[in-house]
Amino acid sequence: MFLMMPGVPCTGLFIPVSNQSTKSGSGIQIKLFFTILLVLLFAGCGETKRNNKESSETAVEKATNASTKIDSVRTPEYMSAGKQVYVQNCLVCHQATGSGVSGLNPPLKNTLYVTGDTDQLLAILINGSNEGLVVNGSTYSNAMPAFGMLSDAEIAHVASYIRNSFGNAAAPVTSEEVSAFRSKTGK
Amino acid sequence: MNIFSLLKIRNTNLLFAFSLIIMFAACREETKDKEEAAPDLALSEDHAGLVVPDGFGVVKVADSLGKPRHIAVTSKGGIYVKLREAVDGKSILYLEDTDGDGVADSKQGFGDYGGSGIYLGNNYLYATSDEAIFRYPLDGNAKVTAPNTPDTLVHKLVARRSHATKSITMDKAGNIYVNIGAYSNACQEEDRTLGSPGMMPCKILDSAGGIWRFRTDKLMQSYGDGTRFATGLRNVVGLDWNSEINKLFVTQHGRDQLNTLYPDLYDTESSATLPAETMYMVEEGDDAGWPYIYYDQIKKKKILSPEYGGDTKKTGGEDAIDPVVAFPGHLAPNALLFYTGNMFPEKYKNGAFIAFHGSWNRAPEVQEGYMVAFVPFENGKPGGDWEVFADGFAGIDTIQSPDQAAHRPTGLAQGPDGSLYVSDDAGGTLYRIVYTGE
Repeated sequence: MFLMMPGVPCTGLFIPVSNQSTKSGSGIQIKLFFTILLVLLFAGCGETKRNNKESSETAVEKATNASTKIDSVRTPEYMSAGKQVYVQNCLVCHQATGSGVSGLNPPLKNTLYVTGDTDQLLAILINGSNEGLVVNGSTYSNAMPAFGMLSDAEIAHVASYIRNSFGNAAAPVTSEEVSAFRSKTGK
Repeated sequence: MNIFSLLKIRNTNLLFAFSLIIMFAACREETKDKEEAAPDLALSEDHAGLVVPDGFGVVKVADSLGKPRHIAVTSKGGIYVKLREAVDGKSILYLEDTDGDGVADSKQGFGDYGGSGIYLGNNYLYATSDEAIFRYPLDGNAKVTAPNTPDTLVHKLVARRSHATKSITMDKAGNIYVNIGAYSNACQEEDRTLGSPGMMPCKILDSAGGIWRFRTDKLMQSYGDGTRFATGLRNVVGLDWNSEINKLFVTQHGRDQLNTLYPDLYDTESSATLPAETMYMVEEGDDAGWPYIYYDQIKKKKILSPEYGGDTKKTGGEDAIDPVVAFPGHLAPNALLFYTGNMFPEKYKNGAFIAFHGSWNRAPEVQEGYMVAFVPFENGKPGGDWEVFADGFAGIDTIQSPDQAAHRPTGLAQGPDGSLYVSDDAGGTLYRIVYTGE
């Protein structure tokens, strides 16, 4: 939805003008005038529109790929359960928008710490991190507490939620993966 | 100056020039009066986006400076700015305004260490990294003479990322005071971790969580050479010496996350409101009580922290000092300045300005702060309630998360003419607030 928003003013202008030209149908001059106006408007909007289209297609494609996998593990439930875990445990530091807090708590959007390797993400969620992570060139000073006390399902839910929120689109994490990670690392 | 340049442009149109001269003559007396209050300053028509009380104006001195933290203005009007992170390898900026319009038109940089603290005193510039205090000798124009070879006054201070920045101020007896923030939220065994108990005693207090005092005439000092002047202060970012009564005042950032750590005791609303952000007058040996207690500004009591058996009601900290001012929770008081200038109206004299960086820990509730507050003082004690002095930094009315704020006040300084300077580490802007009476 956010990706589509910059296109809104162009579409908004486009539609009423187009309707009016169809309705008025009679005078060729009026038609011509509106056609030229439309062409001009279209040309004016073209660049932005094309860019938006491309980026939203990429996002849609990503989201579709991700949601195919999400469906396979019933992720609509994962997303709503994950949001509950997020609101209670994560939101205060990482914020409702996943923006984090400059200098203190890292963002959860646009970072491979969240959308990349699942084991790395699970390690941070389960064991915490107190090293001052550098994310996109900035250092964040607050400690990330360990959430190993959460169940495999809760960790899977919240990991899937953050991987598919704030503009992120990445494969979900299953309870089985969390369980396997715990057996592998002894946590 | 504007009239002169206008004259120059219009000198082909004799009639116009003539009428301007007449206008100039007519306005001359009035202009002169105005100059005495605020000389030739490039006052922003919209107060640079800020909301200030009637009679005040704002000059945007500079912007896009990176992340300016504390600032200091020299007797000549030059401005030293400490950057949290070095920009192009420079972490201290020296800004000058050579044409008198208040807007900086010259910028130099030195020092490759990020930090927060900067202070002018005894013909030296003092600046801090997260581990050390450096000093630079000044020449007769208050300019640093050897930017690449500062003296190391204090070093090897604890800095473990969380609350690592060092803020400084000085008294009139050759001492410098530095905040060493606790590398913890509430001194739990595991920081910010649900169910982790509070350390008993809190061992962090040995080397952090307080104000340390060092000499200004001795180099390479560390813990063994200084004094733990006051303890039980979680993280003080603003501090200033009140020269009216010769006492140190500090502003503390209160603890975070009462709801996430104790959901059965605190809901999101009480966790957003509590605990108070506090201003203390501290004397040698004082204990402000962190982590064992926090100050509840609604009950007006020191409440036992939940990590130490608290239930939101039990009081504690009988030996701990009380704050002199308690503000709403999480507003983040990043700078404190006692106003000693003559430019502002009488009510501001000797009162305290506080730069509130703005909250993040109020989430999921709406964030607050992002303004400069004022507390009137009489004989070293608050003489009335605190009030918002300058607002509008965020640029939006409702702030859900800090990244939405365009500007976040973080440093304060007083100019030689009594102007109040405010730094912002989100937009990198430097503001100068002046009283014009108009």
